Amino acid sequence: MDTVTLQNVSKSYGKNVPPALQDVSFSVKKGELFGLIGPDGAGKSTIFRILTTLLLSDKGTATVAGYDVVKNYHEIRSCVGYMPGKFSLYQDLTIEENLHFFATLFGTTVEANYALIKDIYEQIAPFKDRRAGKLSGGMKQKLALCCALVHRPEVLFLDEPTTGVDAVSRKEFWEMLQRLKQEGITIVVSTPYMDEASLCERIALIQTGQILSIDTPANIIKAYPGKLYALRAPKVYLLLKDTRQYEGMAQCYAAGDTLHLSFKDEAKDHPAGLLSWLESKGHKGVSIEEITPDIEDCFIAKTSIHE
Amino acid sequence: MSEKAIVCKDLTKRFGDFFAVNHISFDVDQGEIFGFLGANGAGKTTAMRMLCGLSYPTSGEASVAGYNVFKQQEDIKRNIGYMSQKFSLYESLTVRENIRFYGGVYGLSDKQLKEKGDELITKLGMEKEAKMMVGSLPLGWKQKLAFSVAIIHQPRIVFLDEPTGGVDPVTRRQFWDLIYDAADSGITVFVTTHYMDEAEYCNRISVMVDGRIDALDTPANLKQQFEAASMNEVFYALARTAKRSAD
Repeated sequence: MDTVTLQNVSKSYGKNVPPALQDVSFSVKKGELFGLIGPDGAGKSTIFRILTTLLLSDKGTATVAGYDVVKNYHEIRSCVGYMPGKFSLYQDLTIEENLHFFATLFGTTVEANYALIKDIYEQIAPFKDRRAGKLSGGMKQKLALCCALVHRPEVLFLDEPTTGVDAVSRKEFWEMLQRLKQEGITIVVSTPYMDEASLCERIALIQTGQILSIDTPANIIKAYPGKLYALRAPKVYLLLKDTRQYEGMAQCYAAGDTLHLSFKDEAKDHPAGLLSWLESKGHKGVSIEEITPDIEDCFIAKTSIHE
Repeated sequence: MSEKAIVCKDLTKRFGDFFAVNHISFDVDQGEIFGFLGANGAGKTTAMRMLCGLSYPTSGEASVAGYNVFKQQEDIKRNIGYMSQKFSLYESLTVRENIRFYGGVYGLSDKQLKEKGDELITKLGMEKEAKMMVGSLPLGWKQKLAFSVAIIHQPRIVFLDEPTGGVDPVTRRQFWDLIYDAADSGITVFVTTHYMDEAEYCNRISVMVDGRIDALDTPANLKQQFEAASMNEVFYALARTAKRSAD
């Protein structure tokens, strides 16, 4: 049975603003690590707020752990862990006090489920008497995760846990999630960082309140329409400006130290044609090769189709 | 203006016995796009605050746009632009009002405000949105407007503190087009980011570790030096050596 389901969920925050969610449906299997991948304003937080029973949808139904989010909100609240995007613990309580507070709130003790949070809590334990408001971003993030886990939830909802966090700490955080998954906890996590998508079992790409696609990262990459090429040259920005002028170009954009591009009609437009055209424009040392797209390429392809 | 936009020698900020910024030295050329990287807590924000004239260094020397960070903080503030993802525009003012407000703060005359405002709105194609509250605009538009407002007074340098956090991939690239345009027009761009692909777009990059600058070069040279395929790998190699507690 699916642990989380959403069916045709829509939500609007007012008449004069575009809807936050439009007819969103997806489901998460028991024990799955599921990622909601999309930029700010995509509707990720609204989905979390509906699933954690903090917000009512306008249309559609949703269930968590077999409970309906409207009828059985009480049951849901005691079996989920939720880490909102904004730090929401008590700033004037210490690390230890916050943890005990949340354990008590859920009718349990820190000791009862200590094994689950041990690895994470030990990293902040040396500062357990420090007030939460005085902690650095990384420590706040770890404490919030401990508090969301202290009652051993069936489902863990993490809203952008790695936003604004540096690349090294982000990697560590994902390693923690893999360990929690092994404990059998179903995890729904959102992120604006496309490179984190590959760390999830299945993902939903989401933009302006609509799901663009749902599948495993590998299948989403396999479904990329057409061929993608990487173009290299010493003067990347000039190359980008010129390549965009090329007639047969469908899309061309910067990707790290290369340009990624696709052609409108692969039968007619091809790499050799582009290369000689670029040479006539005075570019030297240009090389091109076909590459496997990553999730960000797939996202860009999907969003430009939508436009 | 061939002189350096930023000159920094042994710049240090100490809080008690904690060296938030520990003797950093570097120069940034006029018109250069300079990426200022480092893990959370490495000292980037503290360094940036000193360079923007918001905090006095403990020791060392630095000049920004030709002005001394100890003695000429107000001159620095007038000659730089600043934008961050966290704070940029007033959501409850319209597009036009934000332009007037920031332009006014940066010292533009009424006549300049009108001209620059029109020019900016046309350039961004926001004629229809000029009278709309900024809060009702999509994030990508806000970011582009915030950047344009931060350089409305043609500063010599613009400081961008994680300008593209949370922005969708297409808008993120459009934002970088604006950065390149600004650099082409001679404005120095000093930018922090957690997106390592964006590090590749910079002319040169510095990486801070525990308050020091442990690496500074072009992306290509850094990758060669660390035998890495991407800036991501370079960053891991450096940030892993950090001794300070995470963040």
